[in-house]
Amino acid sequence: MRVAHPVRPPVDANAALLEVTDLRVNYGGIAALKGVSLHVGKGEIVAMIGANGAGKTTTLKSIVGLLPVAHGSITYAGKSIVGMAVEDLVEAGISLVPEGRAIFPTLTVLENLELGAYVHRDKKTMRETLEDIVQLFPRLGERMKQEAGTLSGGEQQMLAISRSLMARPSLLLLDEPSLGIAPKLVQQIFVAIAQIAAAGVTILLVEQNTRVALRASHRAYVLRTGEIAKSGPSVELAADPEIQAAYLGG
Amino acid sequence: MKLIDALMTGLAQGGMIALVALGYTMVFGVLKMINFAHSEVFMMAAYVGLFVIAAVGGTAHPLLAAVGGTVVAMFACSLLGITIERIAYRPIRARTRGSKLARVTPLVTALAVSVLLQNLAQLLFTARYRPYPQLFQNTRPIIFVVAIAMMVFLELVVKKTWFGKAMRALSTNEEAARLMGVRTSRTIAMTFALGSSLAAVGAVLYCLDQSQAYPTMGFKIGTQAFVAAVLGGIGNIPGAMLGGLLIGIIGEMVKLTSYSGGVDVLVFVVLILVLLARPAGLLGTTRVEKV
Repeated sequence: MRVAHPVRPPVDANAALLEVTDLRVNYGGIAALKGVSLHVGKGEIVAMIGANGAGKTTTLKSIVGLLPVAHGSITYAGKSIVGMAVEDLVEAGISLVPEGRAIFPTLTVLENLELGAYVHRDKKTMRETLEDIVQLFPRLGERMKQEAGTLSGGEQQMLAISRSLMARPSLLLLDEPSLGIAPKLVQQIFVAIAQIAAAGVTILLVEQNTRVALRASHRAYVLRTGEIAKSGPSVELAADPEIQAAYLGG
Repeated sequence: MKLIDALMTGLAQGGMIALVALGYTMVFGVLKMINFAHSEVFMMAAYVGLFVIAAVGGTAHPLLAAVGGTVVAMFACSLLGITIERIAYRPIRARTRGSKLARVTPLVTALAVSVLLQNLAQLLFTARYRPYPQLFQNTRPIIFVVAIAMMVFLELVVKKTWFGKAMRALSTNEEAARLMGVRTSRTIAMTFALGSSLAAVGAVLYCLDQSQAYPTMGFKIGTQAFVAAVLGGIGNIPGAMLGGLLIGIIGEMVKLTSYSGGVDVLVFVVLILVLLARPAGLLGTTRVEKV
């Protein structure tokens, strides 16, 4: 799988590709994030787990500039990105696959994918990425001309991830990729996520499905009511009795 | 023979209405607002066209005058459309974002812009009816062919260009479009430019056929075009084309009967009946996104 961007030089970040420090965000009049700090190193798969309403989606949306940051810093490849517009961040190499997938239902699968390449519009890169995507998700290859709204939930998730890949991101943010998807397809999607990471894309993923998230990631953060409650290597967290009791059903 | 004649006239009328309806529907698509000032952009285009046609020499060079008038009107109205959006709508949009008034305030603004432009036209051009030179013997086939050509052109723009794809993405889901890197402000401005230039083509065609321009001329055609857009499914581009053609044909068919005075009434009756059966219009969808 080819992941180099046609124009943008590769990020060289020896330490952290993404560094979030003391992030506070107010959402709907309440403090949704009360000082979240996390970092994602180049090439890592990092998971953020926690219950509904813990602030996982808020964290991702603040990183990509969809929610205003009240306090704290966010740096990407060493540069501050607080206050930058989402359009500019996509160009800089950060791509969010939103919760609920947000595909364009009345457009065809192919048109959805083409829009993913809107930031660079490079024909050769588009062609190559499409080839890679068909290898990654053969089901999408068979449905290119179909309206995206006719796809199943799992296929829509595959499309949403693929659409983000079309932009050739350096950092891929995934919001609940397993939400409302048949278990068999969840398996496939996480295999693909591992392949994407192996090709050199750094991944920060948010999941309510703790078991799947901890199995797929190198490190993880546990978010509880807007704060980081715990963090560490995913294997250790999976073995943690407290985590097991709270999130893994004993 | 009379029937075929009326059908031809209806198609020409309908094609022109469709050109104006497309502007309503495209702006609704990207902004979810009705741009009531669109009918005044149409009216302004008629004047620009008239002046250019006169400047070029009118009936002395009919083809040059018609093409020149149309092209200059398209250009001028694109600028007018972009200016209206930039000055009147964008600041309101930024300030009402997320509030309950986000739907209402822009509508009132649009009505205000409409009144403003109408009065501006009276001030600049006076309220009198200005005759359009008769450039062609038989304008109806020309109107029909040009209208169809513009729709084919639009279809290509919407389906094949990056702007068209961005516009459709923005219409479906603004946040998702931004996540693709689509520049919303630029795309919105271009949508206004495109919609306004289509209305400009419609305006010059209309005047070549109806032979006059006046400050309140936007009202009648604007209402018909708006109805056409709603009939076809507001926000839906093929819907606006279909709605326009239908209204044009219905209008001419009614004129064949002894109820020719009731055209406007019948158009609205059809609209109400269609909306009762299909609330989203003929081609509109009320699709709910799968979660």
